[in-house]
Amino acid sequence: MIHRQTLARLVGDLRARKLSSVELVRACLERIEASQPALNAFISITAEQALDAAQAADRALARGDGGPLAGVPIGHKDLFCTAGVRTTCGSRMLENFVSPYDATVVERLKAAGAVMLGKLNMDEFAMGSSNETSYYGPVRNPWNTDRVPGGSSGGSAAAVCARLIPAATATDTGGSIRQPAALCGVTGIKPTYGRVSRYGMIAFASSLDQGGVIAASAEDAALMLREMAGFDRRDSTSVDTPVPDYVAGLDAPLEGLTIGVLKEFFDEGLDPDNERCLREALTVFTRLGAGVREVSLPNISLSVPAYYVVAPAECSSNLARYDGVRFGHRCESPRDLQDLYKRSRSEGFGAEVKRRIMTGTYVLSAGYYDAYYLKAQRVRRLIAADFERAFGEVDMLMGPATPTAAFPLGAKVADPITMYLNDIYTISANLAGVPALSIPCGFARGLPVGLQIIGPHFAEQRLLQAAHRYQLETDWHLRIPERFA
Amino acid sequence: MTKSSAASSADGAGRPEGRGAGTGSGTEWETVIGLEIHAQLATDSKIFSGASTAYGAAPNTQACLVDLGYPGVLPVLNAEAVRMAVRFGIAIGAHIARQSVFARKNYFYPDLPKGYQISQYELPIVARGAIDIVLDDGSVKRVGVTRAHLEEDAGKSLHEGLPGVTGIDLNRAGTPLLEIVSEPQLRSAKEAIAYMKKVHTLVRYLQICDGNMQEGSFRCDANVSVRPRGADKLGTRTEIKNVNSFRFVEKAIQYEVARQIELIESGGAVVQETRLYDPDKGETRSMRSKEEANDYRYFPDPDLLPLMLDEEYIEAVGAELPELPDAKAARLMAQYGLPAYDAGVLTASRELADYYEAVARAVPAQAKLAANWVMGDLSAALNKEGLDIGEGRMPAERLAGLLTRIADATISGKIAKEVFEAMWASGDSADRVIETKGLKQITDTAAIERAIEEVMAKNPAQLAEYRAGKDKLFGFFVGQVMKATGGKANPAQLNELLKKKLPE
Amino acid sequence: MYDFCTDFRFLDGTLMALTRAQVESIAHLARLELEPAEIPAFQDKLSRIVDFIGELERADTAGVAPMAHPLPGLSQRLRPDAVTEADEHDLYQRNAPQVASGLYLVPKVIE
Repeated sequence: MIHRQTLARLVGDLRARKLSSVELVRACLERIEASQPALNAFISITAEQALDAAQAADRALARGDGGPLAGVPIGHKDLFCTAGVRTTCGSRMLENFVSPYDATVVERLKAAGAVMLGKLNMDEFAMGSSNETSYYGPVRNPWNTDRVPGGSSGGSAAAVCARLIPAATATDTGGSIRQPAALCGVTGIKPTYGRVSRYGMIAFASSLDQGGVIAASAEDAALMLREMAGFDRRDSTSVDTPVPDYVAGLDAPLEGLTIGVLKEFFDEGLDPDNERCLREALTVFTRLGAGVREVSLPNISLSVPAYYVVAPAECSSNLARYDGVRFGHRCESPRDLQDLYKRSRSEGFGAEVKRRIMTGTYVLSAGYYDAYYLKAQRVRRLIAADFERAFGEVDMLMGPATPTAAFPLGAKVADPITMYLNDIYTISANLAGVPALSIPCGFARGLPVGLQIIGPHFAEQRLLQAAHRYQLETDWHLRIPERFA
Repeated sequence: MTKSSAASSADGAGRPEGRGAGTGSGTEWETVIGLEIHAQLATDSKIFSGASTAYGAAPNTQACLVDLGYPGVLPVLNAEAVRMAVRFGIAIGAHIARQSVFARKNYFYPDLPKGYQISQYELPIVARGAIDIVLDDGSVKRVGVTRAHLEEDAGKSLHEGLPGVTGIDLNRAGTPLLEIVSEPQLRSAKEAIAYMKKVHTLVRYLQICDGNMQEGSFRCDANVSVRPRGADKLGTRTEIKNVNSFRFVEKAIQYEVARQIELIESGGAVVQETRLYDPDKGETRSMRSKEEANDYRYFPDPDLLPLMLDEEYIEAVGAELPELPDAKAARLMAQYGLPAYDAGVLTASRELADYYEAVARAVPAQAKLAANWVMGDLSAALNKEGLDIGEGRMPAERLAGLLTRIADATISGKIAKEVFEAMWASGDSADRVIETKGLKQITDTAAIERAIEEVMAKNPAQLAEYRAGKDKLFGFFVGQVMKATGGKANPAQLNELLKKKLPE
Repeated sequence: MYDFCTDFRFLDGTLMALTRAQVESIAHLARLELEPAEIPAFQDKLSRIVDFIGELERADTAGVAPMAHPLPGLSQRLRPDAVTEADEHDLYQRNAPQVASGLYLVPKVIE
């Protein structure tokens, strides 16, 4: 079955003309359509454009041309702007928004020959950890459809998990790639802040947002990231350093590398079943020749409260542009300007987005700025310094991606804090801007468990290499839920 | 006149200008003004986008995705806007921040597409400079410039011809602005205008702003308060928004000062608020829509890293600064022997000063004469037709040609005015006008003598009277000879010859 | 399994509550309209969040500079002053709820 092939294999088969892109895209589209009632992974399916692009890819391949990903079907998280295609950001606010331009990531993957099949479901404006805040309905976990897939890139993780597509773009502001990747048992990488252009990626929290990939394996993620990463003159926070060939470095041995086990992450909050999987995974790395030692990041416990100041603050400002004037939802017959603003925004945004906007408005307002916003930014520096110190001692850090495996839908909606704490292990990497990935490392009561690997700035290659070596030794990443096998 | 105005001090401080029907409580009031000048920087593209900044385009045709605040787009700072801000900072002797930060000022308004304005708050690019102004009595006052920061302009709201709705044109959104904030050290509307004019001159010298006030390229908000003379504490201020001419700024301040004094003297209190000047009514009024207390929630813009400038960059920008007005005026005085007044007038704009110098260089011996002509006849002619000096109607070498002919006595100063008018109308050179109109001065003694003799012959009665001692008639003979020669007789020669001939 | 919530103050009844008026004023600043009936729920959840982020208080940050950006030491990149954008207002206004003669329309703004 072609859907079971890795992206790496598909690239080869397409180039060798063992398989046509049209054939592959048709097969994927069928699987997507069939999965929608159960998973709801896609907000928009762009079958027609996809088939056109597949034909073009086949023609290019026939000529011996085509980019590195020619003909490969992918999906984009629905916050990457796609020219001429609806881009909703999971919100009613942008229900009818058709982007006039392509995000840089979209443009690059297009140039590499990848074929977009549709736009993936997500938490509204990427605010959520369970995909339950999407205006377009929750995404369900392919391993157990009563469970959440994680968020905010829940559609991306579920679609790859169910092998509807071999890879998908995603974004990570506080764990939105790694947490759903962990809960769905797939590989997800959040690169260093500035590695992937944010141009055209609808902003949640600009100093934390980073685009990345969810794929079935580290090798597949490397293939995608190699095309996505790099300097973009349209994003002045993107970094102008050369992009290494992530694929070429995958096979390098791990001997001589030191892994720091994050002491604070193995706390009482970690589910014992998850911990068992993680400890086992660490022994694999020891077998592979890496040194393993415990490392402490003393300020890490403050990362969640710091994040829930910084991210809402930035979001409250980033989402002010949705005012019903130039694009987006506008209320019926506004009485006056204030009514236009207030009703358009209240109707367009869901409850979680409103809460975050209000939290951010509060922490930035006169009298609270110093106590919350500035304090959080100081704490942020402490956390970044913790990482810097740790990376002076070890080459990478390992720990859990999430405290537990996927939880049932509805379990954490009532209390925002319970939901926020689900990101307790992922948030610190965003605050410090360091790269991190999650790979599947076992199952807890039938649900996947994610191992998180965190590296110093721009060490994506090392993270992918470690993940790849691990995946050569294990087969967790090859497991597919029976229903979608 | 109230007691307070009569008691105003020599530096012009403390006049409650445009005083209305005050009760004259006897309190001496001191006016305190600080100006916030918004100068649009003369870049080709916007501060954070590649859209054009050209004025007058059809609505929203110069508003790109970044200017519209579209989802997903990001600002990228224009290097030229930075360079212009640094030029200004160096010119006013300010500190140029090695690290400055862009911040978001958050508020909702239809002409503000993102719901925030990108500005600078805690760490502006320019801080602590000074500008010297000349007061009426000729003394120089140094006015502190607290800061100058980069920010983006907003769009425009249009109300006319749209019943029940407001139209939003975002062409102006994202135009780079340098906001220049003075210390509250201005003590009268006159000082405020002198300061504003000086800034206006300076930004044009630096070629960082076209200074066009009609198009809104140079605008001013005035913070105005009054306090009893001698008080340490500042009074409650009001902010007069967006006044776009020197005259209106002066009138608005005068009105506002009078209003505040009257209010306080009649037992009321000034409310801190934003006010709008209505030029038709000549008064300021409260802007209701902005009355609501704003909480701008400034924070560093996470889309923009800190702006770091190194010594090398700042030195390079400094090295390419043009000669500035004060230095130029001092040089004109030293080099051409001009009085301070002339030097001040001629350096009001770089173009005028350049023009003057081109003329003066061509006729170095007539530098003062050149100044008189440039400030006098030429300026009058330009004003009359609403032309700028730079428009080339009277190139410097052509005016210099005229002055050369005055200097070498080819024409008299009086004839020169006629020649100038002809040159202005035709675009011809002075020599050509003199030639075709036959205005060349008569310096041939014999010819002048012949003319004198004819006049004497025609006016025997007057001649007799003169000879009988009526000296006043000398002028009559000068006039008659001039008339006979078509005004071309060399006046000095004519005088001399008449003095010799008449008594004979 | 461990429940995180027990670790945080809001369960011992010392919740730092936001008043209804505060919630209303924040909503107004953010230009959000809350139905009277939904205010108590927002009040409750925002109070929990405010209480939770109050945890930051315990951090010793004396002498620590705020960090607004995750890549320290980098300077802002500038672009050359060049007009690169063409007039695309027809395309851009396709997403606009109400336009006329190239203008975006809003209810009358009174100054």
